[in-house]
Amino acid sequence: MDLKGKKITVHDMCLRDGMHPKQHQITVDEMVTVAKAMDEAGIPMIEVTHGDGLGGASVNYGFPANSDEEYLTAVCGAVKQTKVSALLLPGIGTVDHLKMAVDCGISCIRVATHCTEADVSEQHITMAAKYDKLDTVGFLMMAHMIEPEALVEQLKLMEGYGANCVYITDSAGYMLPDDVTARVALAREKLDPATEIGFHGHHNMGMGIANSLAAVEAGASRIDGSLAGLGAGAGNTPLEVFLAVCDRMGVETGVDLFKAMDVAEDLILPMMDHMVRVDRDSLTLGWAGVYSSFLLFAKRSAAKYNLSSRDILVELGRRGTVGGQEDMIEDLALDMARQRDAEKA
Amino acid sequence: MSQKIKAAIIGPGNIGTDLLMKALRSDVIEPVWMVGVVPDSPGLARAKELGLKTTAEGVDGMLPQMKADGVQICFDATSAYVHEENSRKVNAEGAVMIDLTPAAIGPFCVPPVNLAQAVEQQAMNVNMVTCGGQATIPLVAAVSRVQPVSYGEIVATVSSKSAGPGTRKNIDEFTRTTALGIEKVGGAEKGKAIIIINPAEPPLIMRDTVHCLTVDEPDQEAITKSIHDMIAEVQKYVPGYTLKNGPVFDGKRVSIYMEVEGLGDFLPKYAGNLDIMTAAGLRTAEMYAEEILAGNFVPKAS
Repeated sequence: MDLKGKKITVHDMCLRDGMHPKQHQITVDEMVTVAKAMDEAGIPMIEVTHGDGLGGASVNYGFPANSDEEYLTAVCGAVKQTKVSALLLPGIGTVDHLKMAVDCGISCIRVATHCTEADVSEQHITMAAKYDKLDTVGFLMMAHMIEPEALVEQLKLMEGYGANCVYITDSAGYMLPDDVTARVALAREKLDPATEIGFHGHHNMGMGIANSLAAVEAGASRIDGSLAGLGAGAGNTPLEVFLAVCDRMGVETGVDLFKAMDVAEDLILPMMDHMVRVDRDSLTLGWAGVYSSFLLFAKRSAAKYNLSSRDILVELGRRGTVGGQEDMIEDLALDMARQRDAEKA
Repeated sequence: MSQKIKAAIIGPGNIGTDLLMKALRSDVIEPVWMVGVVPDSPGLARAKELGLKTTAEGVDGMLPQMKADGVQICFDATSAYVHEENSRKVNAEGAVMIDLTPAAIGPFCVPPVNLAQAVEQQAMNVNMVTCGGQATIPLVAAVSRVQPVSYGEIVATVSSKSAGPGTRKNIDEFTRTTALGIEKVGGAEKGKAIIIINPAEPPLIMRDTVHCLTVDEPDQEAITKSIHDMIAEVQKYVPGYTLKNGPVFDGKRVSIYMEVEGLGDFLPKYAGNLDIMTAAGLRTAEMYAEEILAGNFVPKAS
């Protein structure tokens, strides 16, 4: 693979996707410390929000240590070069949250929908695109669930609403490099050449780096990752590893590799409540194509009702659940426990 | 034959047509007008076949005749954008407006919780909140009538096929209006609503999760009974309103897992979200009709 001379923008997810393994308990102080260190390392973009996006504070997804407004105000005020983004899932957050985040000083908004439902983002992307210089990104989640042609139709909708960049998001960490290549290449062929394409990976099958490289080769210019891999499931593409690979392959990221490695090792790793890695459950997410943030919910329900978390995750995959359906997990666990008890009796 | 109150349906789309099917079975409502804006719309043709008067000129096409035709109740199944104007016009002709759009200019009405109150107030415009609101607010109220609820949150999951273009264009309207309904009608101090659209095939039946946080330790026995009673009330007009799991008690959290299957009149059975709207709208109209027939309420032109 020859990627020499390609220029890409990396986007760190520790302070948003990383909120999932932290159960949304990262403090404002921790966020500011991490953001400053990432700024210092030359990481061009970081995302800061509740794990489930603006307005995610809920019983369903978990109440965060602080509000989105507090996090965004503190981080936007602390960084110099790094640009801060926020995530918004229509159906959870609203344009009111979007306005609030803009007032806090974000440079980029990413509006995320399930891969077949791009039209629910019209209201939000249209409004975002009206702001002067607000980097407006459309973000299609669980992109493995539909074929490249259908996915590109949805990406085009977001482009049409005014997104200047669209993402192919492997929320389940299910994709293999060929899946990424097929989707990114077709998007690159069909979208306006001025529209940037991004790829957001999860490392559930250990494919974060390989998939991100495939995306770059097929024409993606933005790549999400997180230092030390702090993210849902087995984490996002481990960014310091990806940066090292890019460096060896001659891909230009503008990031200071050693500084990034230090942030990963000295700041992010000690923050982890558990080792974010490929283990039995996170591997099951990838294998079965399940939304990565279901991981801890499935573990908790499994413990509470004495079930196997792997069984729960496999069944969630079989039922075609999509991002945001965390409420399905306890409901399903109760059904499975009842069935087990009936079989015993 | 018993006496019936004559009604008009504005909006011959899926919701309006399903409402028509249900209204044709009513003992106290007689649908006589279907109002649309597209001359060759299949909904208007269907209504005409069923013996209704129709117009493709919008509400203006019905106005000159509605008083003579005895229309005292109108349903608006169009969009929030045109509702206010529609409502003003039919109110001026002395008809009560039942609003199935998210416009919410009149008081919210969730039949088993506050329908009696709305009718008592003789409001000339009542709003049916949202589909997710109709499916979940009764349960928030079931908890809050036992003890104070500091926070009520609902998650409505609907199939892609049942989420129409209106909902999709303005999904924020759903979350805002539902959250407000959870507070105003459900009785929670603070409300939060989440909607998820799932494209699975075959389409999934509407699912609703209700989480309440009580101020004090929940009285499990009383809350469980109150929830079962409330579900029985909703089942009177939506037979497919089913408790799947719960209530689950976890500290001060009370969680209820529901499934809402529709009657399948015009809309498919999985679209319980749409069915519960039309059923609640008709239930509201029937209660108004009973009051009018009993001589307790005379809708007046405003």
